[in-house]
Amino acid sequence: MDFKLTPEQEALKKELDDFLREEMKNAPPGWEAGMEAMFSDEGWPFHRYMARRLSEKGWLVRPWPREYGGVDAPMIEQVIFSEVMGYHRAPGRDIFGIGMIGPTLLVAGNEEQKKEHLPPIARAERFWCQGWSEPNAGSDLASLTTRAVRDGDDYIINGQKTWTSGAHFADWSFILARTNPEEKRSRGISFFLVDMKSPGVTVRPLLGMNGTHLFNEVYYDDVRVPARNRVGEENEGWAITRATMNFERSSIETVGVVKRELEELAAFCKETKWNGKTLSQNPFVRHRLAQLAIEIDVGRALAYRTAWLQEKGGLLLSADAASAAKVYGTELAQRLAYTGYQIMGLYGQVKMGSKWAPLHGSYESSSQLCMGMNLAGGSSEVQRNMIAWFGLGLPRTI
Amino acid sequence: MNLDFTEEQEMLRTSARDFLTTECPKTLVRELEESEKGYSPELWKKMAELGWMGLVIPDKYDGMGMQFMDLAVLLEEMGRNILPGPFFSTVVLGALPILSAGSEEQKKEILPKIAGGKAILTMALTEPSATYEASGVHTKAVARGNSFILNGTKLFVENAHIADYIICVTRTKDGASPEEGITLFLVDAKSPGIKCAVIPTIALDKQCEVVFENVSVPKKNMLGELDKGWPLVARTLEQATMAKCAEMIGGAQAALDMTVAYAKERVQYGRPIGAFQAIQFYLSDMWMKVTMSKNITYEAVWMVSEGLPCTEKVAIAKGWVNDAYKFVTERGVQVHGAIGTTRDHDMGLYYRRAWAADQTFGNTDFQREVVARQMGL
Repeated sequence: MDFKLTPEQEALKKELDDFLREEMKNAPPGWEAGMEAMFSDEGWPFHRYMARRLSEKGWLVRPWPREYGGVDAPMIEQVIFSEVMGYHRAPGRDIFGIGMIGPTLLVAGNEEQKKEHLPPIARAERFWCQGWSEPNAGSDLASLTTRAVRDGDDYIINGQKTWTSGAHFADWSFILARTNPEEKRSRGISFFLVDMKSPGVTVRPLLGMNGTHLFNEVYYDDVRVPARNRVGEENEGWAITRATMNFERSSIETVGVVKRELEELAAFCKETKWNGKTLSQNPFVRHRLAQLAIEIDVGRALAYRTAWLQEKGGLLLSADAASAAKVYGTELAQRLAYTGYQIMGLYGQVKMGSKWAPLHGSYESSSQLCMGMNLAGGSSEVQRNMIAWFGLGLPRTI
Repeated sequence: MNLDFTEEQEMLRTSARDFLTTECPKTLVRELEESEKGYSPELWKKMAELGWMGLVIPDKYDGMGMQFMDLAVLLEEMGRNILPGPFFSTVVLGALPILSAGSEEQKKEILPKIAGGKAILTMALTEPSATYEASGVHTKAVARGNSFILNGTKLFVENAHIADYIICVTRTKDGASPEEGITLFLVDAKSPGIKCAVIPTIALDKQCEVVFENVSVPKKNMLGELDKGWPLVARTLEQATMAKCAEMIGGAQAALDMTVAYAKERVQYGRPIGAFQAIQFYLSDMWMKVTMSKNITYEAVWMVSEGLPCTEKVAIAKGWVNDAYKFVTERGVQVHGAIGTTRDHDMGLYYRRAWAADQTFGNTDFQREVVARQMGL
């Protein structure tokens, strides 16, 4: 075994680190990690700006093949990249475009689809959202009912999608719709690319408990989608969804974010005196912070191992590790949020903008926002099912 | 970066697993727990023939010249199978510090004996103060002529009752800091004035009380430098902590494997209990804890093996693995149901070891304090 990075990898890490340290000075005040910040009115222009800057540096789509603007970056380099991005809480990487639909089209798209959609993503010109979940199809996604009916060279789509992160800013959406209503579950579903400006698409906000606008409902009323925007064969869309898993899924970015947040929390505890003593002298505070440091480093080791397995054995073989990394990462972020909130005592509840808000009120917001991450991209329960079925070979009863 | 074991390490793992499965069944484990010596001289001899005790001892002292990482592979298998006896204390607490700090004469005398299975060693560090900090060392060594005279009580000294040599950590001077004035001695365990009694413990693993009463040790048996022994103890503790973690991840994997197998075969309400989501979630969490324990352990073992600074990493690893091994064996018993709580069931063997290993070389409270200091808190 050898856990060292190569000199080239170290150099890449440093270059990116220096670049982001500088660029993040342009972030709106009180900038936080996570999609809530990106999909706000102040955050969206900064997200796009960072995407352009990363694209100019040739860093936006590094894992992609060279002909589509990437450098075929190996998994380990992607992990390094995502870790540093997370540490700086840097936006700019459209996880739906670069992380999901890009890799999907690379695997399952036809030449025309690749030529039409990949270059605008690589140039940071086109941003995506994911239209999968429906009000009655959450974890049980295969029960979805949005319909697509063939009509000449088009499909006509009717139905409702929900929990669509960033739909209020996205240019395009990749959605699942039922093309064969006789088939109840994963059979009879097709995969479509939909221009969000199409007539009949309506986006309505679903506000989070703290008032942030991340999620949306998206309604489709007789939306015409050209048949050339179907990815894969008709009724074979479920298989295409597996290709969206075809990217680095180590959750290292979360580890990077949490590491930075712990550093800031620890620094706060070292310099803040309440009732005559610094917080860090309190044994309970010390041990909570140390426990988080332990959990973060163990999470980092898991993420690197996951990427290593993905590199070596392929993405489906390492599905259990990727599920573990996802559920561990989001639950770790939640523990950090709760620990920070608790350490802040009475101040924990104060919102950003008040002069009484410690650390920009970040724990008032993160203690609410962390819940969403336990549900997005497959709930913690779904991840644990995956581990049980694929990692341990336990009987699948649902 | 390369996160795979070498082919040689995989071979070592397979052969160790096969050997232990055959030679150390759980019937023998239980027998040895109840026995006075706590180990099987016959099995010990076979292990010596395989070269295990000399694994990390250089060729010129009759060893195999392998690395700490290789030793960790072997220890993981020992933890997986459960192997009672003095391997850990002899190799990790005996051979490693001698390799680090022994004089040529000491190495020539003792290392070939260890490699050949002819000497059992242990280290006497902890005392009634029950801490791994230097401040806990009160046993005195006072120079007299060509010897030092040792007085004091050591506690939780593994296998002292069968040891040929005890490496005793003593205070030779009261310095400005507790780390100053520590000196180590290689003590012949048969020296007059040593009294040894086994303390009954949760894992029945033969930890001893050792009383030194005017024990005379020749000056030439000093291990390392006078008054400057603490860095050697600290280094040995880092090695020992990671060696312990290697054992623990082996045990945790075994407990997980047993529990998954049981969940697949035990039928209630007309289906295997492993089909129930409640049980699946326990097992998923166990799998995660085991996987993560292995990842962090291998990384820290690698750092120890490469001689890199690793104080924080070792504390992180042990802090995590302590909780993980306890969690996995606790859930393991729970999933097995009432049968898992019985003396006759193997799960209890692992459960008791998890609780013992947790305290050895620092429980998680101890490790968290180490991490807190490294964070500058």
